[in-house]
Amino acid sequence: MSGIVIIGAGECGIRAAVTARDTGYQGPITVIGEETALPYERPPLSKPDDSGAVEKPITTLEALSEKAIVLKCGVSAIAIKRDAQEVVLSEGGSLPYEKLLLATGSRPRPLNCIGGDRALVLRTIEDANAIYAAARTAKHVVIVGAGLIGLELAAELRTRNLNVTILEAGPRPLGRNVPEQFATKMALRHQGAGVGIVCNAQIASCTDSGVVLNDGRIFEADLIIAAIGVVPNTELAASAGLTTENGIRVDSRLMTDDPNIFAAGDCAAVKTAEGTYRRYETWQNAQAQGEVAGRNLAGGNALFDIPVWFWSDQYDLGLQGVGDTSGSPAAIRDLGKDAEMLFFFDDDGALVGAAGLGRGNAVAKDIKIAQRLIGVRLDAAALSDPGHNLKKLLRAA
Amino acid sequence: MAEWIDACATDDIDEEDLIRFDHGDRTFAIYRSPNDEYFCTDGLCTHEQVHLEDGLVMDYVIECPKHNGQFDYRTGEAKRAPVCVNLGTYPVKVEGDRVFVEI
Ligand SMILES: Cc1cc2nc3c(=O)[nH]c(=O)nc-3n(C[C@H](O)[C@H](O)[C@H](O)COP(=O)(O)OP(=O)(O)OC[C@H]3O[C@@H](n4cnc5c(N)ncnc54)[C@H](O)[C@@H]3O)c2cc1C
Repeated sequence: MSGIVIIGAGECGIRAAVTARDTGYQGPITVIGEETALPYERPPLSKPDDSGAVEKPITTLEALSEKAIVLKCGVSAIAIKRDAQEVVLSEGGSLPYEKLLLATGSRPRPLNCIGGDRALVLRTIEDANAIYAAARTAKHVVIVGAGLIGLELAAELRTRNLNVTILEAGPRPLGRNVPEQFATKMALRHQGAGVGIVCNAQIASCTDSGVVLNDGRIFEADLIIAAIGVVPNTELAASAGLTTENGIRVDSRLMTDDPNIFAAGDCAAVKTAEGTYRRYETWQNAQAQGEVAGRNLAGGNALFDIPVWFWSDQYDLGLQGVGDTSGSPAAIRDLGKDAEMLFFFDDDGALVGAAGLGRGNAVAKDIKIAQRLIGVRLDAAALSDPGHNLKKLLRAA
Repeated sequence: MAEWIDACATDDIDEEDLIRFDHGDRTFAIYRSPNDEYFCTDGLCTHEQVHLEDGLVMDYVIECPKHNGQFDYRTGEAKRAPVCVNLGTYPVKVEGDRVFVEI
């Protein structure tokens, strides 16, 4: 009997499977995962403890079997036969589907330069173990890319007393998705801790002894890590004839051009209200899209529209953002103890996004309130006044 | 043996909010509901051992500051992934303007 098949046993795939079952779907549900490890969370990989990378399971085999969800680990889907509604498996044979979800995630963008394959990358538990094992004997680390993962790794390795240099191709760290004020604060925190940050760095090659830039500068390194973003895993979808372009294209129900096939999580490019397509690479997005996909696989008609949220921990600092935080903030709220919130409005004065930076989880509560206020027209003066309770705004909304 | 401990004053906690309460080597969260009732749970989220003190209280739900997991703080019941393990809860009584917890 054919049922729901989910390709990819990450945050999104597992969330979708559980949601489909909880929504009342009665047929078989099978999740196919290329990785041999039981499904685990990726965020802890860049936030290890003393013994190395933390392998934090997303779920347990008992929990899955209670819900009659079949998990095939170490098996990849190698083709989709859309006419026959079948997925061809690497272990041989194929699996029929009534509805199919592609939750194939993304993979690190490779460093394209001479010797680029000397650079380690961070995506899987094996990657993480390789990096922390190398870090035990390394002295000089060069991290290519000053995005969130590069900076988190820098903080971690610097705390272990390694010499750390970050080489960034762009003009500033955290150029994507983080407000400039906060990117600057984060960079200062790193520099204060002794991390070197070199911007506008064009890499020529990686060698045994380090990294060479186009302008001839050489950075000594016995450990090179590339953290220059990810590319979505779209090949399977593309070879099945589905539309892909920086992600597998889906509508707001997360449906591809084929009404029996959905895509969600890091691999999906979702149509926005403006008609453009957007791909998100955050843990909460994988969960939220997984839930929407799960409902729709089970025959529902759920829409993905909630604002996407992320966090990043570096040293003792916690950064969080929700929604669209581009442009300049309409209101700045001082939470005391060096914690600060920025609020972003659209042209009509409605909240479109917020970001917060502070020690530990200092900004968590306000970010959660902001998340619930997105789309609401707000008074910038009230937001900027720390004496004005944000929850009052929420109740009034 | 559990005993009643004088934990805080009633107005140490804002309405629909919580505070952290440490006792011995244990840590707790004490809540004041929108209806002026008081509750007590374990202090650490069951997902990644993050303290709930920075979380958001909405009605009878506490949302973990880290990963959006939610619990009903009256019963400790886990309400939303990624949490699946419930929080322990502890009896609370109010005498005059003091809040006591049995821990
Ligand atoms: C080191 C690190 C730290 C991070 N930290 C944060 C953070 O602090 N905050 C945050 O918000 N986000 C963070 N993220 C991002 C977050 O983890 C991702 O957005 C999330 O994992 C995406 O989930 P997913 O299920 O869509 O994809 P993935 O987690 O990539 O899972 C997809 C799975 O599908 C499998 N697969 C692919 N193709 C096939 C196939 N053909 N057959 C079978 N299986 C297949 C893959 O092997 C993989 O296991 C971090 C990511 C990394 C790598």
